[in-house]
Amino acid sequence: MRIAILGFGSVGQGIARAILAKNLNITVTGLADSRSGVIDAGGIDLAAALARKGNGDPCGTPGVSPADVVAKADYDVLVEVTPTNVETAEPALGHIRGALRRHKHVVTSNKGPIALAYPELRSLAEANGVVLKYEATVCGAIPLIHAIKEGLAGNAISRLYGVFNGTCNYILTRMAAEGLTYEQALAEARELGYAEADPTYDVEGIDAAIKLVILANTILNMQTTLDDVERTGITLLTPDALRLAEDQDCTIRLIGEIVPKAGVLRVSPRIVGKAHPLVVEGTLNAVTVETDLAGDLTFIGKGAGSMETASAVIGDLLYIHDRYVQGS
Amino acid sequence: MKLEMKDRPGQLVAALQPISAVGGNIIVVIHQRETSTAAETLDVQIVLELPEGRLPSLLELLREQGVSVVRIGEERLLYECTLIVIGHLMHTDLSDTVDRIDRTGSAEVTGLSLAMPAINSPSSARITIRSTTRTEMKKAIGILRGVAEQKELLIIEPLEGA
Repeated sequence: MRIAILGFGSVGQGIARAILAKNLNITVTGLADSRSGVIDAGGIDLAAALARKGNGDPCGTPGVSPADVVAKADYDVLVEVTPTNVETAEPALGHIRGALRRHKHVVTSNKGPIALAYPELRSLAEANGVVLKYEATVCGAIPLIHAIKEGLAGNAISRLYGVFNGTCNYILTRMAAEGLTYEQALAEARELGYAEADPTYDVEGIDAAIKLVILANTILNMQTTLDDVERTGITLLTPDALRLAEDQDCTIRLIGEIVPKAGVLRVSPRIVGKAHPLVVEGTLNAVTVETDLAGDLTFIGKGAGSMETASAVIGDLLYIHDRYVQGS
Repeated sequence: MKLEMKDRPGQLVAALQPISAVGGNIIVVIHQRETSTAAETLDVQIVLELPEGRLPSLLELLREQGVSVVRIGEERLLYECTLIVIGHLMHTDLSDTVDRIDRTGSAEVTGLSLAMPAINSPSSARITIRSTTRTEMKKAIGILRGVAEQKELLIIEPLEGA
């Protein structure tokens, strides 16, 4: 199977490393980062591309754009792993549309296009006889979308809730364990690379809210936007609040919650009993799904990280490979 | 509740059976042997726990058994919910915040722990609310949310029962 990769940051490089390390029957024929690109129908030397990135160089030839790769490379699946833009979803949205129109399957880790334009993209994929997969957009390594769509097919989901953001979970874990203030815990998360220089997207609950919108729209048949999510972040939490929770054998976690029947989408800090399965430590994610046939299921795993996100992308790629793509 | 029944064999059983029929739990039965009136009836006082909303069907069943309910005592507050509130709690009149819940008559604040780190820093409080029914609890939390919005307080609700 031939793929083109757009985005050669941590996720793109993680995918390249996994392809090099495992015999996955995948050839990369197109590759682009924000500054350069390379198209080679015979297969790109990924080790060399990784080495160039490691030296701080572009991965390919300056002047070759992601749009060129989308339009000209010879591939079965476009892998779109550029950074998320939640306002317009561009330029990823354009890349995905372009590939679908060329009858190419698409796998993405990019939340923007899925949160903002899923119905359109799904119709476009169907009209062109290809599939669009996006497992890596929600909870990194946890195969949540596949588990709900395939493993729990036939179940009615009455509630879905959990810890969707590892950065917030890390901050709350540290505040509870060490009595740190929010500012101290955030500074620590930044030093360790868990939080961005501008942490707004994580700590205000925007990232978790986008994941709720993706789950609501793509697997729960709801039609929602980011504005429909009632959202409270963790910036105002105090060490005292965590201690008061602790006194009752509880703690505080930022919980994203969907109640489909009631139309509830909500991200807010909540008091959770310490023995609850959702009380995971550090940067882990955890999601409980309440179903009618299977009962309650809780999924726990790493929500971010280059290899963890690559795991979700590769899962989608091999799904497509096994069902839709002939030959190698 | 206080019941009045005829002083005949089997009457007490007839009065108690409907309680289990509606899923209730009998805690205390005080059975007075002295006949209370000229009509030779017995007074029985019962303390019981009932699932929410079952009282009307219990009363109906008792009536069918020929047992009259003389008095229904105070409903106890059975539902409990603990929340944490963060903000300038004293500056925004904490007792008014508590009052607004107590004024509902069906829910009340039964516990309060307060931490005030410094005069200009936000304080944190753990508030326990009790109510007679789940609906009343939702109402009380709704009131608290309204107050929080008005007074710019952050409320942290429990995960359960959302």
